[in-house]
Amino acid sequence: MDNFCWVYDANTISGDVSLKNMFKKIKYYLKSLTLYELIIGLGLTGRYFFSKKITIQYPEERTPQSPRFRGLHALRRYPNGEERCIACKLCEAVCPAMAITIKSEMREDNTRRTTQYDIDLTKCIFCGFCEESCPVDSIVETRILDYHGEERGDLVYTKEMLLKVGDKYEDQIAKDRKEEESYR
Amino acid sequence: MENIFTQLPEIFSTTLWTILKIMAIVIPLMISVAYLTYFERRVIGFMQGRLGPNRVGYFGLLQPIADALKLMFKEIIHPTKSNNLLFLLAPVLTIAPAFAAWAVIPFDAELVLSDINAGLLYVLAMTSIAVYGVIIAGWASNSKYAFLGSLRSAAQIVSYEIAMGFTLVGVLMCANSLNLGEIVIGQSGGILQWYIWPLFPLFIIYFISAVAETNRAPFDVAEGESEIVAGFHVEYSGMAFAVFFLAEYANMILVSMLAALMFLGGWLSPFDFFPDGIVWLLLKVAFLLFFFLWFRATFPRYRYDQIMRLGWKIFIPITIFWIIFVGFMMQTPYREMFH
Repeated sequence: MDNFCWVYDANTISGDVSLKNMFKKIKYYLKSLTLYELIIGLGLTGRYFFSKKITIQYPEERTPQSPRFRGLHALRRYPNGEERCIACKLCEAVCPAMAITIKSEMREDNTRRTTQYDIDLTKCIFCGFCEESCPVDSIVETRILDYHGEERGDLVYTKEMLLKVGDKYEDQIAKDRKEEESYR
Repeated sequence: MENIFTQLPEIFSTTLWTILKIMAIVIPLMISVAYLTYFERRVIGFMQGRLGPNRVGYFGLLQPIADALKLMFKEIIHPTKSNNLLFLLAPVLTIAPAFAAWAVIPFDAELVLSDINAGLLYVLAMTSIAVYGVIIAGWASNSKYAFLGSLRSAAQIVSYEIAMGFTLVGVLMCANSLNLGEIVIGQSGGILQWYIWPLFPLFIIYFISAVAETNRAPFDVAEGESEIVAGFHVEYSGMAFAVFFLAEYANMILVSMLAALMFLGGWLSPFDFFPDGIVWLLLKVAFLLFFFLWFRATFPRYRYDQIMRLGWKIFIPITIFWIIFVGFMMQTPYREMFH
């Protein structure tokens, strides 16, 4: 008998010479000879040819995002313009990728403020621990997911850059925090 | 136009005129090959619930041109210790027969480059030569993957040519001629006179063999990505690769054209009240080409031994049986069905 795999069905029923098996065998051969299964397959792809396409055309269309989305970082300010960050360095301590570098000193009004707040986005794993650890809701992760750097070091975001992001998207950030407030 | 030709010596004018006629076939052919690649990506995309290329130009219509430009500017890499002459000869040997076979294709009752008596034989001979390109490409690449791919490809092309040849014998018996134009004229008188009806099994086998012959899915073991990367042209890049690509698609169009001529009445219209014309031929070819794309979107690749089994143990016996059947029927009062 054939050793070929695709006649597996016929192989398993060969050897048995009963009438029932004869019919089974004939039926199988007729089925494969008329390309029955292949035509069924063509019908399936033929149907999909006319189906609705699920492609999302990215720059023009975007997928829905959760308010908890963890994208690009931002540093927030209070409504009066004062920066929230108090340089407690909890985020730096909790960061599993050690992507955050903070240096701080006393400002003239005797408050502790950061002089340097760098996030190396090439190291960051976007876990959101920094946001979770922040006692004053200063460092947050926004919904921004498409940003790029063109030279080495472009993806190390400094304090100024992070504050700028925060200023620009404050409305969206505040709205998302408010929405999630009851779960935190 | 006529003045130029009459002023030149006859040998020049004939040559020039022939070259112009060749250009009139080759340039539209190149364009249709380019757009066949576009439609392939588009159709397969649609069948997978995607959109396919739609960015370059309206609906992505400039995509093939962008692809061609990209390939032109890429470097042609010569593998170490490969045979340079043969390495570059192989793509030429693949594409030349794919184009040369078009010489005898009748596009209309009058539109044929060279109306030779043994047109069908010529086409078969030309498509057979293509296998040399495959073998040489595999050998000259100095790569085991390319070599294995070319061996598979060659064996497959050679074995399916037999089944393909036998199906054409059926057509010859019906048409009593090897001239492609006469084969088409033998089918005149509406859709019911086409050879597809008396030779239906042969048509199916011809078409499946054509898919195997052009190394298209599901018979594309030659380029089985999972085992041998890309088959015989794995070492080719840039334009050398593009030429192989062109040849594959030109061959697809060629075998579809042959199927349309021999089984679907060529340029003849299916109903008496429509005029005959090249439009019908192109429609039929486009219809058959769609099936190539449809197959590729539907079927998983055959295993190598399955391909050999299908070719030798199923197709050849069925074709031989049907040829004998047709011959027998021709001796009976039903011979009108087989003209």
